[in-house]
Amino acid sequence: MNKKTTLLIDNAEQKFGDRILRVESSIGEAAFEVEPENLLDVCQVLRDEGPFSFDTLIDVCGVDYLHYGSVEWQMNEATESGFSRGVELSNDTELRKVKTLYQPPRRFAVVYHLLSVQRNHRLRLKSFPRDEVTPVIDSVVSIWNSANWFEREAFDLFGILFDGHPDLRRILTDYGFIGHPFRKDFPLIGNVEVRYDPELGRVAYEPVSIEPRTLVPKVIRHDDRFASLREKEQGDD
Amino acid sequence: MTDIQNFTLNFGPQHPAAHGVLRLVLEMDGEVIRAADPHIGLLHRATEKLTESKPYNQTIGYMDRLDYVSMMCNEHGYVLAIEKLMGITPPIRAQYIRVMFDEITRLLNHLMWLGTHGLDIGAMTMFLYCFREREDLMDCYEAVSGTRMHATYYRPGGVYRDLPEEMPRFSRVEKVRSKKEVKRLNINREGSLLDFIESFCDRFPAHVDEYETLLTDNRIWKQRTVNIGVVTPERAMQLGFTGPMLRGSGVEWDLRKKQPYEVYDRVDFDIPVGVNGDCYDRYLVRVEEMRQSNQIIRQCIGWLRENPGPVTISDQKVVPPTRVEMKDDMESLIHHFKLFTEGYCVPEGEAYAAIEHPKGEFGVYLVSDGANKPYRVKVRPPGFAHLASMSEMVTGHMLADVVSIIGTQDIVFGEIDR
Repeated sequence: MNKKTTLLIDNAEQKFGDRILRVESSIGEAAFEVEPENLLDVCQVLRDEGPFSFDTLIDVCGVDYLHYGSVEWQMNEATESGFSRGVELSNDTELRKVKTLYQPPRRFAVVYHLLSVQRNHRLRLKSFPRDEVTPVIDSVVSIWNSANWFEREAFDLFGILFDGHPDLRRILTDYGFIGHPFRKDFPLIGNVEVRYDPELGRVAYEPVSIEPRTLVPKVIRHDDRFASLREKEQGDD
Repeated sequence: MTDIQNFTLNFGPQHPAAHGVLRLVLEMDGEVIRAADPHIGLLHRATEKLTESKPYNQTIGYMDRLDYVSMMCNEHGYVLAIEKLMGITPPIRAQYIRVMFDEITRLLNHLMWLGTHGLDIGAMTMFLYCFREREDLMDCYEAVSGTRMHATYYRPGGVYRDLPEEMPRFSRVEKVRSKKEVKRLNINREGSLLDFIESFCDRFPAHVDEYETLLTDNRIWKQRTVNIGVVTPERAMQLGFTGPMLRGSGVEWDLRKKQPYEVYDRVDFDIPVGVNGDCYDRYLVRVEEMRQSNQIIRQCIGWLRENPGPVTISDQKVVPPTRVEMKDDMESLIHHFKLFTEGYCVPEGEAYAAIEHPKGEFGVYLVSDGANKPYRVKVRPPGFAHLASMSEMVTGHMLADVVSIIGTQDIVFGEIDR
């Protein structure tokens, strides 16, 4: 981790105290978690105050942690007939959860990437909306105007609502699309398919006819090859 | 007096000046624009969702198809994020190759931009000139990766293979090309790929002079671009501008200099900045960037000639073994099998890697839960933020200026819609 990032983290921790929570980053990026109630206050300070001066909001995106640590293959325990076969992730995959280092507190997260052109440093902010069924979070459009479309995108793809957004419409999906496609419980093949119907003289929507399939099952293998490499590198600094 | 009301005009998605599939709903007051509402997503392919269902390496090819005029730069952002999480560094030769091809890609992108931007505003010849040079650069792509556009050349841990010793040549096809024609086409292709690129670098500055002769002092060009789409530096940062859009407004910001990755801190180049923040300044910035890129490529060629070496790391848990090794070494065979059936697992964590893409900051936010597939990939496309400011930039301008502003934003829908 370079000096600039360390200084930034120290400054932020001093300024915000327990309003922010440091996310341990193995690769030396500055990342914090902030409760949705404090988001606007923290962002305002981050933009306006000298040691931070985050003049540019680079990116806003949603993350759905529903399947975090779930695997499609049971790898560690073998039965008499060998290892199990790959399976499709479904909603009862709790059984197949692998223990992960990071434990997301709630299902949805909104991640903000900030950049200071003035001071040349970056920061990642993460906030978990309280409600998991209809996640709502304050919009930062009034602080950084560039959030406008990025928040629309997060709303479109994840169904996260941004309170105070001037124009929260769908942006990437089709007119009249139903559902939020980047949620983990939305199937990769989608729900409807379209074709031109010559009899009706228009495009017809029908339920998908193809079967979902997994080509390469998702597995999590615990080996610390890279972790040890990184520690060595950090030791050299 | 009769009431004159504002009316709405639908621009695109099938309009040649819309650069792909942009649909703009314009609210017009006579010929003056009062508001613009871009409708995007007509090229949305859910690349980020697709990545979640594939091993890491299988996604590299999807990255090419994001911004399909600067292919290798997209790969670079993605590969860099993986490398950051795994904590691996490619060998120095691979880093030089990446820098060289990033700059070739920048030329490809800027030439495409200049040609189409010119065409939109009525400078037909620019298009022909620019595509002539693009052809040579595409041949470099083909020589190194086998395809002209979607290269899939960068891999975590290095690049797919070393630069070829021999540049592919044109062969004679009866009735299609005469002997004389073939000889003319092959004149720069007698040596290695590096020789070919070097000959290109020698020719290129004169070509840029040609473009400038046609445009820089051209009265019509200036009438169409000077004072059109002015953005102040404060607004540019507030709107999330990066790359030439930000530099055109006079902010000296370039990730290659400010947050150097690979070997950008070892090559010598300058950052051009604009003064007024209008379309004309952004044009000047991009043209100067082409000259600077040419310089970087030249420096890379010099270094690459003198320093042979490996182009990938030797860790076979990440990079597959060679065919020869695989044929007579059991362990290599196992590595090969595991890599191509399951892929490699990336340690749990998050990383954000950003590169100076020809259009601005191209960032990849990668979340891994320790699996062989990414948990979430978020691509931060530079054009998305630029297009979001469309309404602000065109308000108060005439309808014809919309075309200039779409052109100056250097919009490609592959990356905006993803």
